[in-house]
Formats: sequence, C-alpha cells, structure tokens
Amino acid sequence: MTIPAQPYPLTGRSFKSLEKEYPLNDPLQKAIIDQILQSHCDTPGGLMVILNEIQSRIGFVSQPIQEYVARVLNTPVSAIHGVITFYSFFTTEPRGERILKFCMGTACYVGGTPQLVDKATQLLGVSPGQTTPDGKITVEVCRCVGACSQAPVVVVDEQMYGRIRPSKMPALIRDVLKSCEDASGG
Amino acid sequence: MPLVHSLDELVHLQKKILEDRRADISAHSIEGLGREKFAAPALRADQELDAPRGKEIRVVLRNCNLIDPESLDDYIGEEGYQALATVLSSMSPEEVIEIISKSGLRGRGGACFPTGRKWQLTRNSAGSPKYIICNADEGDPGAFMNRRVLEGDPHSVLEGMAIGAYAIGASRGFVYCRAEYPIAVRTLNLAIQQARAYGLLGENVLNSGFAFDVEVRMGAGAFVCGEETALIASIEGRRGEPRPRPPFPAVTGLWGKPTCINNVETFANVPQIIMTGADWFAGMGTEKSKGTKTFALAGDVNHTGLIEVPLGITLREIVYDVGEGIKKKKELKAIQTGGPMGGCLPASMVDLPVDYESLMAAGSIMGSGGMIVMDEDTCMVDIARFFMEFIQEESCGKCTPCRVGTHSMLEILTRICRGEGVDGDIAKLERLSKLTRTHSLCGLGQGAPNPVDSTLKHFREEYEAHIYRKECPAKVCRELIRYEIIAETCNGCTVCAKNCPIGAIAGERRKLHVIDQETCVRCGICIQTCNFGAILALTGDQTAPVMAQSQDPI
Repeated sequence: MTIPAQPYPLTGRSFKSLEKEYPLNDPLQKAIIDQILQSHCDTPGGLMVILNEIQSRIGFVSQPIQEYVARVLNTPVSAIHGVITFYSFFTTEPRGERILKFCMGTACYVGGTPQLVDKATQLLGVSPGQTTPDGKITVEVCRCVGACSQAPVVVVDEQMYGRIRPSKMPALIRDVLKSCEDASGG
Repeated sequence: MPLVHSLDELVHLQKKILEDRRADISAHSIEGLGREKFAAPALRADQELDAPRGKEIRVVLRNCNLIDPESLDDYIGEEGYQALATVLSSMSPEEVIEIISKSGLRGRGGACFPTGRKWQLTRNSAGSPKYIICNADEGDPGAFMNRRVLEGDPHSVLEGMAIGAYAIGASRGFVYCRAEYPIAVRTLNLAIQQARAYGLLGENVLNSGFAFDVEVRMGAGAFVCGEETALIASIEGRRGEPRPRPPFPAVTGLWGKPTCINNVETFANVPQIIMTGADWFAGMGTEKSKGTKTFALAGDVNHTGLIEVPLGITLREIVYDVGEGIKKKKELKAIQTGGPMGGCLPASMVDLPVDYESLMAAGSIMGSGGMIVMDEDTCMVDIARFFMEFIQEESCGKCTPCRVGTHSMLEILTRICRGEGVDGDIAKLERLSKLTRTHSLCGLGQGAPNPVDSTLKHFREEYEAHIYRKECPAKVCRELIRYEIIAETCNGCTVCAKNCPIGAIAGERRKLHVIDQETCVRCGICIQTCNFGAILALTGDQTAPVMAQSQDPI
C-alpha cells in the first residue's frame, strides 16, 4: 500500500511502532485490515464502511487499529475515535467467541427480557456487557432486532431464537458452549 | 443473462417467465391471497407475515412471501420494473411528480411530508449531481416493516428509487440500512447485482440514456441516524449528529448537494402508483391520508405480525379484527403507536381512525408504523420510563435540551417507579417536556416527551398512585409490589423454589412454600413458572384474599 504524503506533521506513533502491537503484529490480521483499507480508501465517506468491515472481520477496533487507519486515511485519530464511540456497534476490545444478545425492544421488554437477563447472569456469572473469563460468551443487551412477533428474542451471533422462557435458558447456553467447543475442535 | 432494453422486451420476458413457471409447476393458489402463484410452495405465510385478515389490503407487501426475493425473474413475473420502463419511455420527470402528487402519497417514515412535493423541491434545487437516499434505518423498537420489505421484495424498493431518481434528476442512490439487518443488506446487494446484470440499473437503464446506480451503506447501531441530516452525516463517514434545518436536504444534502430522502415503504408504493394510477391509490384512505400503511402489530394481541391496512381504519378494527383480540381474553388498556417518540392511546379511544391528523390530535403519531397493544397488566409509568430510557441513551448529545431534558425526565420517572416520587414531580415532568419539545434540534428531542405527555394525559391516576400511595396498579414496578404464595392453592410442587434465581423461596416438597420478602427481587419468574396460579402479586396495602380468610377464625 502506498503511504500518502502527510500535509501536516502527525503526532502519535509511526507505522513501525504500531505494527508491533496486537492485532497489527499478526500478519494475517494486518493483511485483512490492509485489504479493507485498500478497497475503500477512495470511497467517498468510506470511513464508516472501513470501520464496519474491520469490526465484522477482526471483531473489534482497538486504539492501535484506529491510529493505523488514521495514518493511512490521513485523518486525525480523534475523528475516527469520535465515530467509534458514537456508534454502538463498534467495540474497542475483543469480545467472546459467541455473542449472546438480549433484545430490549418494547415487545421483548414487555415479553420478559429482564427475567431472561437475570437468568443468564445467574448461569454465566457475568452481567450484560461482560465476557466470561474463559472468553467464550459475551452477554449483551441490544436494541430491537425487529423480530417482535417472536418476543422475547435472544440472538446468538446472527442466529435468532424466539419465544424464549427463562426455563429454556440453561439449554440454550449449553448449546452455545457446545458450539464453541465444536468450532475449536473442528 | 438476458439484457432488457425496453418496455416491450420486459413485458415479453414477463410472459415467458410466467409460461415457463406454468409448465414447470402446476399453478397453485395460496389460501386467502386469491392470487395464482408460481413459485415454490415453501414461500408461504409465516409467523411474521400471515394471509390478510380483516380489512387488510396489500400494496407494499404485495409480493412478500409470494416471490423469491433472490430471484429477479420472480419480480419481473409480477410486472416488475414495468413501471420504471413506462416512466422512462413515455413520461417526463414532471409528469411522474404530477402523478405522485395526485396520488396523495405522504412520507411513510413518520414525518408524513407529501412525497410529490419533496421530489419537486429537490428537482427545483440548483446543484449537481443530485442524490436519492432510501432511509432503511428502521430503529423504532417494535417496528420491522421495512426489514420485511427489503428481505421479501427488494426490487420494488430499487424500482421506486429509480423512478424517484428519474423524477428529481439524480444519477446515484444510496440505501442506508441499519447494521442490525444483515440479511436485508445481503438481499439488497444481491438484488442490485441482478438489476445491473439485466440493465435495469447502471449507465444506460433500459437503453433510455438514463443513468442510475445504487449502493448500500450500513449504519452501526445509532438510532438517531434515522433522522435525515444525521443519516447524511453517517453516509459521509462522520458521527451521526443532526444539524439545524433549514437548509433542508432537498437544497443542501449529501456532500452539500440536493438530496431526496424517502422511507423504504414510500419507495415501495411508487411502482404500484405508476402502474395502477394515482386515482386508484387516492381512492384508499381518508381525505388527507391516502393509501395503505404497514404496521408491525406486537404486544398482547392474539395475532401479532406485519399488517397492511388502508388508512382511516379504526384502532378497534386493527386490534379486534386484524389482531383477533387481546391475548388470554384480558382487557385492552392502551395502544402505543409511532415508536419511542409516539404516544400511548387509552382503550377509550379505540374508535379513533388511524390517519396522520387524527393520531396527531390525540397526542400520538403515526411514526414509521410500530403498534404495540398493551393489556391491563402493563404499567403506563413503567412504559413511559422505558421509552425515556431508550431516547436518553440514543440522544446524540449535540443539543442541550434533548441531552439534559431526557436525562432529567428519566431520573424523575425512575424515581416514581421506585416509589420515591414526591409531590410536584408531575408538574416538573410537564415543564421539562414542554422545554424539550420546543427547544430540541431534531425530531428525536422534539418527539421525546410524547410518551410522557400522552401517558400523563390519559393515565394520570397511575402516576398519582405511584407518587402518593406508593402503589403500582398494574403490579409491574418491582419496588412497589411483593409476591405472596396463597396457602390453600400451593401444593408444594417445588417448581417455583427451583426456578427462583436467588433462592428466595423456601419450602419442602408437598408443603407450603414461602417467599422471603427481604431477599426477593421481584423478578416474576415464580409467577410465570407456577402451574397452579398460587402466587399473587400485591401492591400497596393489598393483602392476599386467602390470608384475610385464614385470619378470620382466630
């Protein structure tokens, strides 16, 4: 990738020092990020597209990634940081292998999501927003996923489970943990 | 892949597709829809979208569940893209705008601005290039109409956009879709590729010299991006913060150029209006609100899911005919329309006609079309608090009235729900609501007080019960209720004790169970799990009826 000439001196870290940090020190991850940047750096308003892709393929947009993107796009890190913190989809830290999202839309809320969250908290020992210590499951509360006719809804990654009762939670969590093991085993 | 060059070729292709289908599969008609269908039988009614009931008329949802959304041939088989071909071959942009204006179509995203006028304004604006944007950032909790249209009939939206682009003189379009809808994004991208391959999008649409292409842009989980200026900021790759209007996007929009933003449903209506005529469309609905509207019917009705009804239908017809009544034969308490910036209408207003003006006058809005039916077990203060929490979290923080106003209102509402409400809270809420409404920058803040205002107007006595008597009449607010087990009904099955997440229920098998009120967090799991109805929720000074009896003999 060609590095554009800097119109003004950027403070902050150089490419060299950024490349020593995770995930940029991993050639595979760096290749993915570079490829995303390459294909969208000329798109008008491409920053959102780039960050969305990084989020979905790397799983998070940490400080080193933000600085790296800022260098390549020749924008201030603050502009990128501003975008990251504005939208709830971007995370700055790695999340668990599976993400358990509880829909807090109106229909789900009335349908009993709070009880489901209580049950999951009890079973996993982590509150919403946290990841289990083994890095397997992240519990999150999210906005309406638009499946209100099946309220309350739990979303595991992109798979949707509707009409979940608190009594069904243990089985659901067992399935999720099992799928984690299957994925790492295979 | 066949390239289509003109209307005649499109009609010819349609005939061929239909003949092929007839030969392939024996045509079957889907019950209740009264239309022959040639696609695979697997594409039938589902939980979200059932066969029409009551007074339903399907215009926007006409193809959903009937065609394969991933097949452009299926769409062409249903007269697809013929509206676009007609427009390109025989109409001037002014004529298109004339038809849309005559049809009376108004924006379906909530602001209900006349679509024809918006197109005219954008067309008249100086500046080039012009852009057309489809707002698919459907963020209202409880609403999923747009998702369904994008996932079930993406080409109708693309065709509507292309017609709009021709009318306003745009050559590029964007669909801004929220990140929560990955399947919709995938379906749309596929549809765009197919349309390009057929020559229905691209440099030379249908060999007419008109150039138009569409790109999908994804949001990243910010509710405020449904507001048009915030949406533009987001497409430009910035924080999705609204800016003051005017200038309106029709004058200064995306990258400072004239931009027309319409909702998914608005665009999906356009091809049908062109094909069937403005008079047909204007024949449905009321004097000022024409056509049909999709609603996502949710909550405590027997039949939840997507519906499409002519405007002017009464709430009663929606709840009792289309929704088939309240679940478990309970009483209707309120109907919430318009999403978090909408309002709650009480059961007494059930005969209100559903159109833009009537809903507005009653203190609610049409919004994008969420409709949540609530039964007697819903606490209106808690609902107001829930919506305020949503809005407070989603407020972008740019303007002070919205940022601070929603926060202050939420604080008061939370206090009231906790039983810590004090005299004067209602007056404070009313003042804050007025300030937030009149001083906020965008629709989010201006509509934020609606849930509070409408519940205060129609359910004031519930607020008073919470504040002065520390009671929650609907038995929802945890701090104001307690659960008790009725001695005579409990048979000691231990199910509640096993399911209690914090072990607050004690009791041996076949013996009376007791809830420890100190430990109980009132999560309500025990009530849901008890098969014998032996657990009661009580509020204020209420006592369990059985307890009163057992005290009598002594």
